[in-house]
Amino acid sequence: MSFEIVLIGLATVIISAAPIVFAVIGETFSERSGVINLSLNGTIVLSAMISFAVAVHTNSLIFGYLSGMVVGAILAWIVAFSSISLHQSQVAVGFVLTETALSLAYFLGSPYTNSQGPTIQRVPIPLLSSIPVIGPLLFNADPLTYLSYLLIIGAWIYVFKTRPGLILQGIGERPAAAFVRGANVNRLRYMYTILGGALVGLAGPIFSLGVKAGWKGTISGLDGFGWIALSITIFGGWNPVRAAFGAYLFSLLQWLSLIAQPAFPSIPGAVLQVAPFPLMILTLLLVNISDAEWVNRTLAGMPESTRKVIARILRALHASPPAGLGIPFENE
Amino acid sequence: MLQKQTSRWVNLGFQFLAILVALAFTTLLLVLSGAPPIQAYKELILGAFGSIDNVSNVLIAWAPLLITTAGLLVTFAAGLWNIGIEGQITLGAIFTTWVLRSFENSSLSPTMIIILSIVAGMFGGMLWASLVGVLKTFGGVNEIFGGLGLNFIASTLVLYLIYGPWRRPGVASLSGTEIFPNRLWLPSISNLGISPWAFALGILGILIIYFFLRGTYIGLKLKAIGKNIRSAHTLGIPTWQYMMLSFMICGLFAGLTGALQVTNVYHRLLPYITSGYGFLGLLVAMLINYQAIWVAPITLFYVALNVGSVQLPIALKLDSNLSGVLQGFLVLFVLLMEGVRQKLTRKV
Repeated sequence: MSFEIVLIGLATVIISAAPIVFAVIGETFSERSGVINLSLNGTIVLSAMISFAVAVHTNSLIFGYLSGMVVGAILAWIVAFSSISLHQSQVAVGFVLTETALSLAYFLGSPYTNSQGPTIQRVPIPLLSSIPVIGPLLFNADPLTYLSYLLIIGAWIYVFKTRPGLILQGIGERPAAAFVRGANVNRLRYMYTILGGALVGLAGPIFSLGVKAGWKGTISGLDGFGWIALSITIFGGWNPVRAAFGAYLFSLLQWLSLIAQPAFPSIPGAVLQVAPFPLMILTLLLVNISDAEWVNRTLAGMPESTRKVIARILRALHASPPAGLGIPFENE
Repeated sequence: MLQKQTSRWVNLGFQFLAILVALAFTTLLLVLSGAPPIQAYKELILGAFGSIDNVSNVLIAWAPLLITTAGLLVTFAAGLWNIGIEGQITLGAIFTTWVLRSFENSSLSPTMIIILSIVAGMFGGMLWASLVGVLKTFGGVNEIFGGLGLNFIASTLVLYLIYGPWRRPGVASLSGTEIFPNRLWLPSISNLGISPWAFALGILGILIIYFFLRGTYIGLKLKAIGKNIRSAHTLGIPTWQYMMLSFMICGLFAGLTGALQVTNVYHRLLPYITSGYGFLGLLVAMLINYQAIWVAPITLFYVALNVGSVQLPIALKLDSNLSGVLQGFLVLFVLLMEGVRQKLTRKV
């Protein structure tokens, strides 16, 4: 395989990772603030369908993207309202929403199945796109992909380098302490959950107006991405940059499974295509395994040099969730 | 006593309100999509109960959902989200198909083969469920994500089997494996497909779970873990062992569901062999607030919606996922109303 073809392939990997990047960073914001929005799988499919329909009717990509964000924000608001204001289980409500949104998407979407809709075009950035290797790899994409780069950098700076970002960390880690210092914990949680939901909702139109253009009902191939995004959020250790890395890794696995097909004629193509999904979820083992008692016991029995290396790798991979994740906060 | 009575009526009132809101939203949706709502509901009911064939389809689908939901009450009792249930049903179906295929041409009696295949299915479900437990206990992977990963693996495995070693001679396709000969079907009444055995297993299953959670030592310990894992641990309950046990029990039930899907419903292995009963069972369990006495009627209602909705595309050109929307709305609004009720009654 020539270098050119690999480069074109990798550029596609980056473009098809864009929706997942938006979803994982959206969920990272929401979970950083202390709220698990488990509705991602339904949210992405429903926002893909609604935004496609809106784009078909208005013939406008912009309205398509905006409507996807609105759908995501509304579903996230339901999660926030039921957990923060009504003290219901976030997991329960999120799961119900996911399933309901899926059915809703297939029900409402059936008139639009296989309709023709607008799709976003690639817009090479002048100058940057002519840099060797990096140009064709990163700067020969569509505007939403460029936006995803900005989101990764912007989200990282916001969370770790700004004052509101520090407060965001605070309300997720030690809500009581943040409250004492004057943060309105529940209002901020509402805000970040809805903001995160809007970002997740953008993943839908990025699929239906670009990466997987159109609407094909249950065979649209979008069911599953939300669960992957949720597991990448954990893999990413609630850090936007690491989460984005997870999204790229998943997208790379998908591409590899596609180009690996001719090499394994005995494995049915349908099987290889699904393989990245379980693989990505099982990477969660690497994130959490150093917490397990038997791992520490085994490590303790190893020779010093090996132990140090393994322990260092495990520590680098390890991530802990925000301490207040999923726990309602009462300001009393 | 009187107060307890009133609060019970208040509860019922809120639940009734929740159902009304769910219906209102579904009706609104129908109006928005240009369908006559009354007609749609009528078709839904006729589709489920309009003919003997429809009724028997409802009854055939009932046992699998009933059994899955019963199993889920055990993991819920221990405070666990067994989202891996879909994969456990799938593995049950795979193991059942495996045994049926292996002994299809043997000298064993068909009855023996069917019994063996169902036992194997239950074992398969248990195996897959215990993997969720292993990932949680020894890998630190939350059961939701471990379960999801195993669901993906299970559905990949089915695809592999259908397109690979178990493909039909000539054509490998999504229509699944070769249909088993009639003698390997669970015996059923006349030609309606309703099996008294499937029924008996369903009723037995929910009864076992009801008494298990209510009256046994193990059941009570599981509930203690579900209520407060830390104090259960302090009280000397070996928590991870009990959680593992609850996964395995639920897996047995899920495996049985898969076995019935093969031996009584589809008579072959299909890509979507679970019919989504795992996730639907999770929804039902939430709707009934995990109370065993409600499992039988509500699962019947839910499968009736599923079967009834098949009529919608034919009669009204409406997508059959309407049933899923209504099923979801019901759970969502019951959860939300419960929150509203708690909020209001706390202030009083």
